[in-house]
Amino acid sequence: MKQISIFIENEKGSLAAVTTLLAENGIDLRALSIADTTDYGILRIMADKPEKAHKILTENGYLTKINEVVGVKIADKAGSLAKIINALSDEGIGVEYTYAFTSAKPGEAFMVFRVNDNEKAIAALEKAGIGAVI
Amino acid sequence: MERYYQKEIECAPVEELKAMQNAKLVKQVKHVYEHVPYYRDLMDKKGVKPEDIKSTADIYKLPFISKADLRDAYPYGLLAVPLSECVRIQSTSGTTGRRVVAFYTQHDIDLWEECCARAIVAAGGTKDDVCQVAYGYGLFTGGPGLNGGSHKVGCLTLPMSSGNTERQIQFMRDLGSTILCCTPSYAAYIGETLKDMGLTPNDIKLKAGIFGAEPWTEAMRKDIEASLGIKAYDIYGLTETSGPGVSFECSEQTGMHINEDHFYAEIIDPDTGEVLPEGEKGELVFTSLDKEAFPLLRYRTRDICVLNRKKCSCGRTLIKMSKPMGRSDDMLIIRGVNVFPSQIETVLLEQGYTPNYRIELDRVNNTDTFDVYVEMSQEQFSDTVKDITLKEKELASALKTMLGINPKMHLVAPKTITRSEGKAVRVIDRRKLHD
Ligand SMILES: [Zn+2]
Repeated sequence: MKQISIFIENEKGSLAAVTTLLAENGIDLRALSIADTTDYGILRIMADKPEKAHKILTENGYLTKINEVVGVKIADKAGSLAKIINALSDEGIGVEYTYAFTSAKPGEAFMVFRVNDNEKAIAALEKAGIGAVI
Repeated sequence: MERYYQKEIECAPVEELKAMQNAKLVKQVKHVYEHVPYYRDLMDKKGVKPEDIKSTADIYKLPFISKADLRDAYPYGLLAVPLSECVRIQSTSGTTGRRVVAFYTQHDIDLWEECCARAIVAAGGTKDDVCQVAYGYGLFTGGPGLNGGSHKVGCLTLPMSSGNTERQIQFMRDLGSTILCCTPSYAAYIGETLKDMGLTPNDIKLKAGIFGAEPWTEAMRKDIEASLGIKAYDIYGLTETSGPGVSFECSEQTGMHINEDHFYAEIIDPDTGEVLPEGEKGELVFTSLDKEAFPLLRYRTRDICVLNRKKCSCGRTLIKMSKPMGRSDDMLIIRGVNVFPSQIETVLLEQGYTPNYRIELDRVNNTDTFDVYVEMSQEQFSDTVKDITLKEKELASALKTMLGINPKMHLVAPKTITRSEGKAVRVIDRRKLHD
């Protein structure tokens, strides 16, 4: 799955400016998460047209990166998230950050994992019998 | 009662001082002309010969020496004695070109230390005092200068250098320090630490402090005096002229007496180079009257000051200079360290960043804050806070290596550094440095 990250200043309206820009260009956001510090925020989004979103943001002067991240469908039962984390840590895969989002289908949830090695993470998940969404 | 280290000079009749300066200047110009080809060329270009200088009234005929000359002549070009006669160098921080390396013969060291001794005695120092020197030691002139002065006075000298503040206070208490020498911001910090340790000025024996190497205000003086229970004295100097002690404050605290037997001071118009009459505000220029190894004639300090020879209640007849009121160049003094914005630009380019940066300075609790904002490029941006923090740390450490002080780094988005008329505002200085 392709994730787009955007550098935003910690100023009122900077988040709205990004989402408005994307909406005006007909891009739908499926997930959004922010890591923020006292100085700045890093906005991470999953969009329906990631390449187009990346292009528009870059053209508008934003610091933007497009990354491959690992998505995993979360089963609605106890311990399923722990199972994923354990599968990754058993293979020595470091998770930089993770966040959840729901799909358009009711009752379906996903987790996004930003790891140091996507290939290894996918293999580790498969080994543990967990299917990754690529 | 006012004490003097060398009363016969410090309180000499003005006519006597002036006669001494005239005689020394004539001799010094001859010495420099004969031994410093770099300056001889400058004099020849101006068509002035040593014999044209008969007294300080003729000094305007001589060419100036500026920082650019120090850069061109680095390292030995302004040396006026054989290197074998030199016993010491001192230096400022910074890169080659910005760094000043000054040479000293034993005579020059003695002269410099005597100047510092006068400052210590003017602050009430005697051989019974315990003098804690918390200026940095090493190439920086602060520590070695006051250390030498303290020896000359006969104080018990504590060569602490700066830093390790709790230990400073420990020594201060255990050994009963009575005089503290350091930068004013460090003195303020020691005062705060004392309070944080649950102590008061009654727990220490300090009576005076000699503080210099950076600008400070009367408000800061009052803070320091209250927090340490002392009387705080200003001291001025620069590596180019020897180090601290070129001028020093007396009990009247209305300006610093210049050691005129060693340094001739002028105030000039920084734009035209014209000498201004006494009492007018302008750039301070110094001539070393009797230094042997590194005798700069008409050195432009870039400090903006006023000179006055009004009668001083301390009894000294030495002319007084005001605290510097500003600079005629873009040099910043941050935590006692000289910083040129161009040095920061050099590091940024070396580290692969854009030269789009802004320096923000403030003074919080009497300590300088130093923030540098730099624009990131697409390639430098990362989606993790960890990576950006690491980049900021690497940049801060590269700047620390160059400048000697640690900035707080902030990587920012492109085009966020304020531009006015297409030109970026490089420095925002919110400190109140001058009264
Ligand atoms: Zn005086």
